[in-house]
Amino acid sequence: MSSARLAASQVQGAPSRRDQAEWLTFAAFVGPNLLLLAIFSYWPLIQNVALSFTEWDMIAPVKRFVGLDNWVSVLTSNRFWQIVLNTATFMLGSVGLTLVIGLGVALLLNQRLRFRDTARTILFTPTVLSGAAVAIVWYFIFDPNWGMLKTALGWVGLPSPRWVVDSHWAMPAVIIVYVWKTVGYAAVIFLAGLQGIPKELYEAARVDGANAWQRFRAVTLPGLTPITFFLLVTTILLSFQAFDIINVMTFGGPVIATTTLLYEYYNQAFVGFHAGTAAVYAITLFVLMLVLTIVQLRYVERRVTYG
Amino acid sequence: MARSSADKPLFGTGRSRPSFFDRLGLGRRQAHPTSPSKAFGRLPRPTRIAERLRSDAAFLESTSIRWPPSAQLWRALAYAAMALAVLLVGLPMYWMLLGAFKTNQEIFTSPPTWIPLAPTLDNFPAAWRQAPFGHFYVNSLIYTLVSGSAKLLQAIFCAYAFAFLRFPRKNLVFLLLLMALMIPDEFTVLPNFLTLANFGWTDTYQGLLLPGFVSAFGTFLLRQHFLSLPREVLDAARVDGAGHLRGLWSVVLPMSRPVLATLVLLTVVQRWNDYLWPLIITNSTEMRPLSVGIALLFQKETGTLWGVVMAGTLYVVLPVLILFLLVQRHIVEGIAAGAVKG
Repeated sequence: MSSARLAASQVQGAPSRRDQAEWLTFAAFVGPNLLLLAIFSYWPLIQNVALSFTEWDMIAPVKRFVGLDNWVSVLTSNRFWQIVLNTATFMLGSVGLTLVIGLGVALLLNQRLRFRDTARTILFTPTVLSGAAVAIVWYFIFDPNWGMLKTALGWVGLPSPRWVVDSHWAMPAVIIVYVWKTVGYAAVIFLAGLQGIPKELYEAARVDGANAWQRFRAVTLPGLTPITFFLLVTTILLSFQAFDIINVMTFGGPVIATTTLLYEYYNQAFVGFHAGTAAVYAITLFVLMLVLTIVQLRYVERRVTYG
Repeated sequence: MARSSADKPLFGTGRSRPSFFDRLGLGRRQAHPTSPSKAFGRLPRPTRIAERLRSDAAFLESTSIRWPPSAQLWRALAYAAMALAVLLVGLPMYWMLLGAFKTNQEIFTSPPTWIPLAPTLDNFPAAWRQAPFGHFYVNSLIYTLVSGSAKLLQAIFCAYAFAFLRFPRKNLVFLLLLMALMIPDEFTVLPNFLTLANFGWTDTYQGLLLPGFVSAFGTFLLRQHFLSLPREVLDAARVDGAGHLRGLWSVVLPMSRPVLATLVLLTVVQRWNDYLWPLIITNSTEMRPLSVGIALLFQKETGTLWGVVMAGTLYVVLPVLILFLLVQRHIVEGIAAGAVKG
């Protein structure tokens, strides 16, 4: 046995003082964060599951164990399925429009146009603004009597819907604000994707006689597939987390027209004080988001590590 | 995340091919003049114009994606589409600005005026009187800076440990962090509220700030980045006797500036605008940050004092807006780089 291997086996047998010092440093660097994660991430997971089997008004000293009652009553209620439908509508509307418009804007900004840097800045700005503040501004824009949109619709001869107080128009209104706020984000990411496509591919396609549409189909779209996938997952997750705009503009109403799973979780917990029912909604939301989060993380890991 | 990709601007001067502005002789940085007119800039006017026209034609010739025959029409359409997009996105922001400077009387006129007929500054002091904006600002600053910095520090130390330190079963410990990433903040609001209520910490700064000290995604992102750094540099510093803190501070962090800048800016923006948690955990008006405070002012004054509320929304968005305009290239490109190449 060589001396090096002997040394290695000694290290394995009993950690040296140096190793122990490094372990202590590791524990000191990682410990606080893991402790907080245990309290504010893992414990809530356990607690939400436990709460979902109890009935509790968040005031009484004892929680009453009710088994699966909360689950059964929520899953068999029309309200739950209406809320699932609302969440799906909001998700499809906001994600679909954000991605389609975002791609269009990105293709435009990828051309050699003057002022496109300025345009990009303006288009991205809503992304960084407070959701509560922009929801207030949009509430005024949607106002059926004095709002800007009423005037704009008047130019093309359309009457203004009553938007946030009309149960058919409240959801479109919320989706419009949400798309307005996120479309710049999607455009910027699509744009980066477009600029990552090798120019030689376009040259080659042109040499082969492909026209603009064929080049778009054969080069641009396949080149954008990974980034589209990332954006799709990210914007779906963001749509599940939408809260401030709904809370300011509609309170989830009229009735429950704009109540999503997250909004109902908040409603049940902090308006109705039904901790058990709230937990059922929380877990439903969590399960829906779980798969998407895993997919998103795998993507980020690949890009960041081997990029 | 490779440095080169984050440093390279998406547009303009970073490209190998001169931009439109460069061709016109208006380029921002021209290290080496490429033509007499650019070198001296005082040639007779006609020569310069002719040269510009020539270079313009050469520029159009050289674009890799050639326009169809009706190039002029397509260009016009592209400009029109860009103008439309900017208008659709920009008008609501202009509407906010407009409302803040209009008298209440002017706001309730139909059709609305697009330039204030009688611009007024009265809405700003009125908003400040209607709601304790001073408190809101202090709370937002505390929430953004204190819990934001704590989160970042945690991310940096934790990521350094996971990337460079040895520990028995380190991968298992890392899995604990990864699994925490699957648990969204929104999911935890009710149990966290209950936990902090148990401590009697609702409506206090401890309660508002503490859950935000956790860093899962930032740690994950930084660890991945740290792993991509050349390890030899850190090892060399360690051999020279640098401790872990020194290695982190003077070797690892300087090599991570673009990632850190993006992370800092995203954290600041996210915290400043955060709404759900502050709404739940604070109760008295004096404890509210701006995002929640403005929503409450709006609910109180809706249908009456629009100008005042609009001035209030400007109070909320202005600090972030200014920050964004100052460093927008960094934010936008950092986000793009993170999604594309990292």
